[in-house]
Amino acid sequence: MGISVDKALGLHQEALALRVERSRILAGNLANVDTPGYLARDYDFKTALKDEANRIDAMNSHSALPAMNLSSDLKYRVPMQPSEDGNTSELGVEQTQFASNAMDFQTSLTFLNIKLSGIRKAIEGQ
Amino acid sequence: MAFNSIYDIAGTAMRAQTVRLNTVASNLANADSVSSTEKGAYHAIMPVFSTVYRKLDTGNEITGPYLGSATVQVADLVRSDRTIEKRYEPGNPIADKKGFVYYGNVNVVEEMADMMSASRTFQTAADVISRTNSMQQGLLRLGQSV
Repeated sequence: MGISVDKALGLHQEALALRVERSRILAGNLANVDTPGYLARDYDFKTALKDEANRIDAMNSHSALPAMNLSSDLKYRVPMQPSEDGNTSELGVEQTQFASNAMDFQTSLTFLNIKLSGIRKAIEGQ
Repeated sequence: MAFNSIYDIAGTAMRAQTVRLNTVASNLANADSVSSTEKGAYHAIMPVFSTVYRKLDTGNEITGPYLGSATVQVADLVRSDRTIEKRYEPGNPIADKKGFVYYGNVNVVEEMADMMSASRTFQTAADVISRTNSMQQGLLRLGQSV
């Protein structure tokens, strides 16, 4: 019986990639916090990850690989307090989202590390 | 993994805010500049920011063609068209024939608020960089602590 490392690691590696993409979008929002008329965007993260899980399922059952398409998941932020210049990027909101996204990235990393140590133990037969 | 473009984005934010801080500094420095003509009076300078949406290079599976990053750039520097203050100061050595001098149109309170906003956003960009840095380092150490 062979071990498929990809399968053993599960969805976490996809989650990491999504987290990096999201932090880029959020960094863009933060960079444009003073730009008039800028419309802040963000992922609907749950939907994006669900799509990704479906894609992996499809990959396992068929040989064809549907392309990962993240751009359709980008939504526009609804501001808590609309500003006069039309900018919907709010410093507080974007900062919290960025911080929590970075934290979730670390969480996924930790899970991956735990899984990797599990795989190593299995290989070494401990 | 597109860590590099995050550094780019934060970098453009820092650059834009530095330009803004520069204009604030020159405006504040010239807050009391006087001139003998209305044209020669100091006009406050203000940067105009604009968003640059970047398409990402395809080929990487994770990036769709329109999943762009949004960087910021200084589109232009404009001179404030607020009215120039004309004061009657006949004792001033550069007063015109009628005894008037012209003061620049710098609003010091506005400039101070602008300065705080600029340094706050600069700080945020620095924070983005350090957080991205720790994310990247965590990724590099993946599997090492097993």
